[in-house]
This record gives sequence, structure tokens and C-alpha cells, in this order.
Amino acid sequence: MSKTYYNPADLRKFGNITEWSEELGNKFFEYYGKVFEEGALTAREKSLIALAVAHTEQCPYCIDAYTKDGLQRGITKEEMMEAVHVGAAIKSGATLVHGVQMMNKVNKLEM
Amino acid sequence: MSKKSLLARNNDLANTKRQIEVLSNGQFANGELPTFAKKIAATNQFPLRPKKLEILQINMGYMCNQVCAHCHVDAGPDRKEIMTKKTMQECLNVIKKTGAHTLDLTGGAPEMNPNFRWFVEEAAKLGINDFIVRSNLTIIRANKKFHDLPEFFKKHTIHVVSSMPHWTRGKTDKQRGDGVFNASIKALKMLNAVGYGMPESKLKLDLVYNPSGAFLPGNQDALEFDFKKALLSDFNIQFHQLFSITNLPISRFLDYLLASDNYNDYMYSLVEAFNPAAVENVMCTNTLSVSWDGWLYDCDFNQMLELKVNSSVQHISKFNKEALSDRTICVSQHCYGCTAGSGSSCQGTVA
Repeated sequence: MSKTYYNPADLRKFGNITEWSEELGNKFFEYYGKVFEEGALTAREKSLIALAVAHTEQCPYCIDAYTKDGLQRGITKEEMMEAVHVGAAIKSGATLVHGVQMMNKVNKLEM
Repeated sequence: MSKKSLLARNNDLANTKRQIEVLSNGQFANGELPTFAKKIAATNQFPLRPKKLEILQINMGYMCNQVCAHCHVDAGPDRKEIMTKKTMQECLNVIKKTGAHTLDLTGGAPEMNPNFRWFVEEAAKLGINDFIVRSNLTIIRANKKFHDLPEFFKKHTIHVVSSMPHWTRGKTDKQRGDGVFNASIKALKMLNAVGYGMPESKLKLDLVYNPSGAFLPGNQDALEFDFKKALLSDFNIQFHQLFSITNLPISRFLDYLLASDNYNDYMYSLVEAFNPAAVENVMCTNTLSVSWDGWLYDCDFNQMLELKVNSSVQHISKFNKEALSDRTICVSQHCYGCTAGSGSSCQGTVA
């Protein structure tokens, strides 16, 4: 039994999920591969989006994977950090915009 | 960043036998990863054999004005290995009869060899189709006596291939040393000024990109696009092609991988990215590498690991095309570096 829930070496085993459900696993990886191909967005732009989402999802595997992917694409650390801030801004914005709900409720309940 | 070679630092890895040991042990010894020979045997590509000899790559010496962190040559100002005029003459005799269409001069900084210009002048007379000099750029700015190199290259229609790990100062200097980026930009401007790298110019200027760390290079075309855009908008610099080259796990890069605890993961990445199509076109199948002292190798990397050609002919003075074409190519786990993804060679990707 490993001592932590996350093991960096497990990222390499991601493909193994197809072993217990081949059809769905294969469909997922085919879809995944297609998503990251050059399209209306460049693969570079998609990599930065993935990095931002990896942070908001707080997925350590994805953070490792898309940090490395970014470096491979020549993406600078300044660009990477800005992408993380975009994720953080949406996360905090998503929290704060609920403040309106709180305000609505207060306004309704208070005399 | 150290300003000395592994050799000058008495680093264990200056011993090539030690490097080969590292590459043969660990996950390759316990079966976690297949050795390169096993891997290419599984795709019926073992043993590797040479095809037609197209490129003669000559290492003029290990002396260099830079001490790059990833250098597979372990080059630097403290390296004294320099090709003599006698060995150069032996090379010229061979160039005449090989039929190789490309002559590729490398180092160290080849320009630091005192007989470099003489050799270029003599070799240029032989009518080589593509005559490459691998210049680190900063050498052009290092000393007044090198300032006219762009004109000298132009005179002999030399194809200049230069290293540039990134279009930003930070990444470049971290890999190649403080001040390298600014000096490289100045040198590129000097090359552009005499016509090198300009669109439609026959004076070819290509750049080499090596990742500045324990990761593989991305798509060569995408990187070229980004390099061109940034160098043009930031510095008004133009060049022709970008060759993206994977760092092979030998010498100073191996030392870095081990010291930074990245070695195992890096080897996994190389093996995972193994591409049999790249094996078909690896450069050792069409290249011969000559060391400063005239020994023959399958490639520059094997030269740095002191793995001489597996042939009865091992020295330029005894060059025999037939005997050499009948050899098998020496491989070890560093070869995974040339077969990962789109492959890697001194001419960039191969698949």
C-alpha cells in the first residue's frame, strides 16, 4: 500500500484504464487525442488552457503533464503562470459572484 | 553553472565507461525498460546497418569558448583536443573519394582550431554540395580575430548552423551561459547583414533548438514558427530552418539528469516516445563521424562515448568505403534519444 494517494509514476499507467473497459477507454483516448490536435485553436493555446484547467481541477497528474508539455512547446514560465492566474481568477470569480446570491438573500430576509 | 568541463572537474562521468555503465544499469538492467537493442529487435530493425554514406561529420576539436550545461561533447575552454593539420589532410583525401554530398564541421567551436580557415578553404575546393559549419554564434563576437567570420563563411558559401535554445534571454543564458543570448543576437545580426538567413538567399542559416531541461522537444514546425515570429519582431532577425534536436543522455546532460534526479523519468519518456519510423532514418545510417584525432564513429554521440566503428577500419588514415559499409552500428540506450517522437539528428527530425 503506497503512503500517499498520488504517485507520480501512476501517470505513466494512465493508458492501463483501457484494460478493464477497452471500448470506453479507447474511445476516451481517441477523443482526448483529437481534442488536442491543431484546430480553430492552436495546439499551443490548447496546452495553456489545459494547464489552467489542471490547476483549477487541482489534478497533480495533469499539472505535471501540461507543465512538461508547455516546456516542450517552448512556452515560457511567464505564459504558464499567467494561464494559472486565468484559472485562479475564474475560480475566485466563481466564488465571489455567489456573493450576489448572498446579498439577494440578505436583502430578502432583512427588514 | 560550472565554467569547467567534467574532465577538468575530475567528474566521474568524464570517464566514458562510467557513462555506459549508467546507461546499462538501473531500469535497463532490471528489465523495467527494454534495452535499445531489444527494442529495435522487436521491430526487426536490429542490427542497424549503414546505408549510402551521405554526410561526413568532422569534429575539429573539443575546445570551445562556451561551457553549455547540456553539452554532449563536454567541450569548453579547458579542453585541449584539437585536430592537427596532418589529420585534416587525411580528411581531405577521404572527402575527395567518399562521394558524400554533405561535409559537416563541428566541435567544440570549430573556428577555434588554428587551421580551421585553411581547412575550409581546401575543402571548399572539392565541390561539396552542402558544406556545414556548426557555429555557436558567440565565437563571432568573442574576439576581434573572429569578427570577419560571416564574410569568410560567405566567401566559401558555407551553410551556417547555429545553436539557439530559445528566443528569450533567460532560457538561453541558463543553458549556455551568461551573456550568450545578447552575443548570439549580435552575431545573428552580423550574419543577416551579409545575407545569411534572408528569404531567397543561397547563404543558408539554420538554427538548432535543444530543450533547456529534462524534456523532449516539441513539434519542429511549431517551434520554428514561434522562433521566427519572435526573432523577427523582437530583433528583426531572419533565418531559414529550425532543427529541433533531442538532448541525448550522455556527458554533461547525463550529469545534469542524474544530479537533478530526472534521469529515470527522462529515460522513460524517451522509451515511451520510441518511433520505429525514426529508426529507419537515424543519422548513423548515412553519416560517419571523425574525431579530432582521426578515429571513426557511427555518430558524434558514439564518438563522445568512445564507441569506435565496429569495423576492421577504424581510422581516417585507413579509410575504406567497402569495409565501413559492411559494419553494424554500435548502439546503447542513448540511441533512444534519436528515435523518440519525430526522431532527432544533427539535421533535425527524421520521421
